[in-house]
Amino acid sequence: MTAPAIEPRVRAPIGMLAELTHRCPLQCPYCSNPLELERVAGELPTQVWLDVLAQAAELGVLHLHLSGGEPTVRQDLEAIVAQAAKVGLYSNLITAAVTLTRERLDRLAAAGLDHVQISIQDAAPDNADRIAHYRGGHAKKLEAARWVREIGLPLTINAPIHRQNIASLPAIIELAVSLGARRLEVAHVQYYGWALRNRQALMPTRQQVLTSAQLVERARERLRGVLTIDFVVPDYYASRPKPCMGGWGRGSLNITPSGKVLPCHAAETIPGLVFENVRDRSLREIWLGSEAFNRFRGTGWMPEPCRSCAFREVDWGGCRCQALAFAGDAGLTDPACAKSPLHAEFAAVAGREAAQEPPPLVFRNPRAATAS
Amino acid sequence: MSEAQSPGRVVIGPASKPALPRGVKMRHDATRDRWTILAPERVFEPDAIAVAVLQLCDGVRSVEVIAAELANTYNAPRERILADIVTMLQGLADKGVVVA
Repeated sequence: MTAPAIEPRVRAPIGMLAELTHRCPLQCPYCSNPLELERVAGELPTQVWLDVLAQAAELGVLHLHLSGGEPTVRQDLEAIVAQAAKVGLYSNLITAAVTLTRERLDRLAAAGLDHVQISIQDAAPDNADRIAHYRGGHAKKLEAARWVREIGLPLTINAPIHRQNIASLPAIIELAVSLGARRLEVAHVQYYGWALRNRQALMPTRQQVLTSAQLVERARERLRGVLTIDFVVPDYYASRPKPCMGGWGRGSLNITPSGKVLPCHAAETIPGLVFENVRDRSLREIWLGSEAFNRFRGTGWMPEPCRSCAFREVDWGGCRCQALAFAGDAGLTDPACAKSPLHAEFAAVAGREAAQEPPPLVFRNPRAATAS
Repeated sequence: MSEAQSPGRVVIGPASKPALPRGVKMRHDATRDRWTILAPERVFEPDAIAVAVLQLCDGVRSVEVIAAELANTYNAPRERILADIVTMLQGLADKGVVVA
């Protein structure tokens, strides 16, 4: 039997995703929130968030991502941003932007907000509004993006990509440039939670993915120094898994609206893991000592073929939630890896679904979550 | 590498007056005892030379002036330093870390 691998020293986290609420005016069918959305009554009060931010800075977090749901539905967002600035966290507002006003943005900027990321669903307004299930949303996003630039804050456009908008990729790139964004995330949808439920409707073909990669490569060259493009591929067509979250419990943590601390936003799908709450324990204790963070940290938990793989500290075993969703056990090899016995089937599912007529989208809302 | 100019690309030369744009912050990270540059979705770890250069990038000093100051401080040839920091700052400008 192989000796257990030596655990690397636990490092301080760099990034923290604060999901301030699961409330959102949009209903995107690939939302990264869990199917079971947390309710407003369970959301952390302002004072707890302020304390958590101070703890995070103390622990070594550098980047704070204020997300949701839609973080701007929290009326205390200004206070949270001000606290981030006070304790030295770089604040990034991840917003759908449809409910933002110019006045609100001015207040957030004055409170010390560092960066704004606005999601778009397509470059074509009608299709964008259809996917977000929110009429008039796209036009509002563009208006908000222009305010961000007028105020002088840096802007990132985030574009989740799937078969129902992939043909618009060139137009999406041009839109990001015209809005004055310095960064664009061309993020192929990752199939967990809501997106997994809608996989048949969203999965692109292998050829579409390859074409999108080529388009991005050409745009990067053409737009060097103007627009940085981050490209996230769907790993169903990959042969090596993605280093999900940069490794479990290695550099990132996520706090849910009710205060649960997760290694990634889909981790709650894994049965048997207990996620501790910032109301009960300090962030430091949870990061260093909680069973959920230590369960898949480092390489000691790995089965073969991961344990002896040369890439074990490159991809950190890929994604545990995907292993669970596809292989039925979060402790198994990520099926995105060519060394997984399930890899051929994994890629075949994607190809099969992408070749079929897409079924109707299941939009993200509490009603759809409970429907079978 | 093609040197074709993209419209809107910041081009660094001896007369440029570089600065960190809004949304980019260089600070000392006490937890890790090192300098970091915080930018949208990015954390850069500048080496000692980059830190020395960026600390002089105030939007007032030109690259030429910065090179002269560093040449003086480090007792190194000014032309060589100028060439090196133009290259370094262009790389940082292309990453959005520096404007001029």
